[in-house]
Amino acid sequence: MTVSAPPLEIVHAHRRQPGVLRRLLKNLSGTAGLLLVIFYVGVGVLGALGATPFPPNEQHARDRLQPPSAVYVMGTDLFGRDLASRVIAGAAHSLRVAVTSVTLAGLAGTLLGVTAGFAGGRVDSLLMRLMDVFFAFPALLLALVIVTVLGPGTENAIIAIAIVYTPIFARVARAPVLAVKQMEFVMAARCIGGSSIRVLLRHVMPNTLAPLIVQISLALSWSLLTEAGLSFLGLGAIPPMSSWGVMLNEHRALAENAPWLILYPGMAIALAVLGFNLLGDGLRDVLDPRLRGRK
Amino acid sequence: MERGRGEVLPERPFVRRYLLQRLFAFLPILIGVSLLVFTAIRLIPGDVITATLGTEAGMLTDAQRESLRSYYGLDRPVVEQYARWAAGAITGDLGVSTRHGKPVTELIGDRFPVTLQLALMAVTLALLVGIPLGILAAVRHNTIFDLFVRMLALAGLVMPGFLVGTLIIYLLSTVFGVLPNAGNFVRFNEDPGLNLRQMIFPAITLGFAFSASVMRMTRSSMLEVLGDDYVRTARGKGLRERRVITQHALRNALIPVVTLVGVEMGYLLGGTFIIETLFSLPGLGRLLVNAISQRDYALVQGATLFIASVFVLINLLVDLVYAAVDPRISYDR
Repeated sequence: MTVSAPPLEIVHAHRRQPGVLRRLLKNLSGTAGLLLVIFYVGVGVLGALGATPFPPNEQHARDRLQPPSAVYVMGTDLFGRDLASRVIAGAAHSLRVAVTSVTLAGLAGTLLGVTAGFAGGRVDSLLMRLMDVFFAFPALLLALVIVTVLGPGTENAIIAIAIVYTPIFARVARAPVLAVKQMEFVMAARCIGGSSIRVLLRHVMPNTLAPLIVQISLALSWSLLTEAGLSFLGLGAIPPMSSWGVMLNEHRALAENAPWLILYPGMAIALAVLGFNLLGDGLRDVLDPRLRGRK
Repeated sequence: MERGRGEVLPERPFVRRYLLQRLFAFLPILIGVSLLVFTAIRLIPGDVITATLGTEAGMLTDAQRESLRSYYGLDRPVVEQYARWAAGAITGDLGVSTRHGKPVTELIGDRFPVTLQLALMAVTLALLVGIPLGILAAVRHNTIFDLFVRMLALAGLVMPGFLVGTLIIYLLSTVFGVLPNAGNFVRFNEDPGLNLRQMIFPAITLGFAFSASVMRMTRSSMLEVLGDDYVRTARGKGLRERRVITQHALRNALIPVVTLVGVEMGYLLGGTFIIETLFSLPGLGRLLVNAISQRDYALVQGATLFIASVFVLINLLVDLVYAAVDPRISYDR
């Protein structure tokens, strides 16, 4: 099913688009997204380095369920653990899951998509039918099936999320390859004796970059949400690991008496997802104007 | 583009060919789905018996183990196992759940109506809220109201269902002093009023993100259409603004929303796993999540196949509706 597409913006080899960052900073949602993402990554790095006010799993038996105060900025949980430290450690955890899974999905998906599009014919239809089978599952269901096979845990959640988003990257990478491979500049590159690999890398691949970059930003936000969802269901990170999804699940019964326990992890998830979404929208406006206005 | 009301669509042979193609593509995908599910369960380390029984499996004698293997058909070649399972699936036999001691089909038949009701209520709410707000935001482009709708849509996009649900439960219990998921679940046919009261908050939770996408899509496609020549013509003819919007602009603006409903059905079905767990609803999603943590593999296998098939079927239906609604689609691939 294809709606007649507006003409593509073609990227030729040797012609770099100038100042993506500068143009992104002129875009309101892009700037806001970039700032949020930088903040989130910064907090995540602090968490990964262990630079938290308290060790995230340290229990302060006398200070259980304390509301936010000067000592415990975000309050404490049922075990007297400092929530701020756990939220910071949670940022590191989610960042690690999101970046690893999206890197894996991006590499595998791009490889599959570009191969399918460039090879065409049977290879293309075989690979794409295989992707269709993966698309036949709602994303979370597929992740659940994979976790069933691998068992719960952070590494397995990463693999599951990577597999779920691979077909999306394959589709995104394939479309521009199909669009440009018949074009004159690609033909010309072949005629002057460019090898297949060289034509692919120098002339075809640059055209997949813009949609892929946009996709990476959006995939990071989905990956965050999927990780939190899996952990919320008890099938991702295993307690006492500081994962935002685990925190929300553990604390939801206490919300009535200690609302800060769901407020801060919830805000953390929403802000991180918001950042990647705004950044993705901004990047799309800057890099890929023909997609503007679509979801 | 404008079609008069009650006018019959002209015969379009290429549409019929497209529909046939889609129907034929449907079968291989279902077979692929069943193969994937089947293979996945076989990839679980150790055999299903050890995995199901856990440590108790160590107490089995070899003879008991063999008899269990042959009871579950695990001693047969893999191809035969798949053929039996697939043949069973077609006739409605998906095996027996080890934890519930009931046929998987019976369990699915028992739980699916709850999930279906939840999904339908969520979609209805999302469309009832999302479309009017989207239209108003587009008509009052760049006003405070527009900004409000856009913020709302953004909130729906970035707040996962379990967060929205937890906040709703929190607000209900602290501000109104009610717990939506207290007490036993009552089905619609038993007590419609009570059932709807139990379902409304889960449906709002599930529909929130969906309504956000509907708002975004309605607003942006409405904005696009409002700038088109035929809308200007309609205004130029002296039609009232309300009529221009409802009769001329809206029809075309809603086409992308139809596709969106199909695309988002997957998120919605995925969302039911979390919402049903959160609100303790006895639906298919919660059944599956529990089956996974209880390692009830026959149930996982059957329920997954069922949900994926429903999802594929919904996508097929949306494609068909879409092809019927939008004459601009090209059917040749």
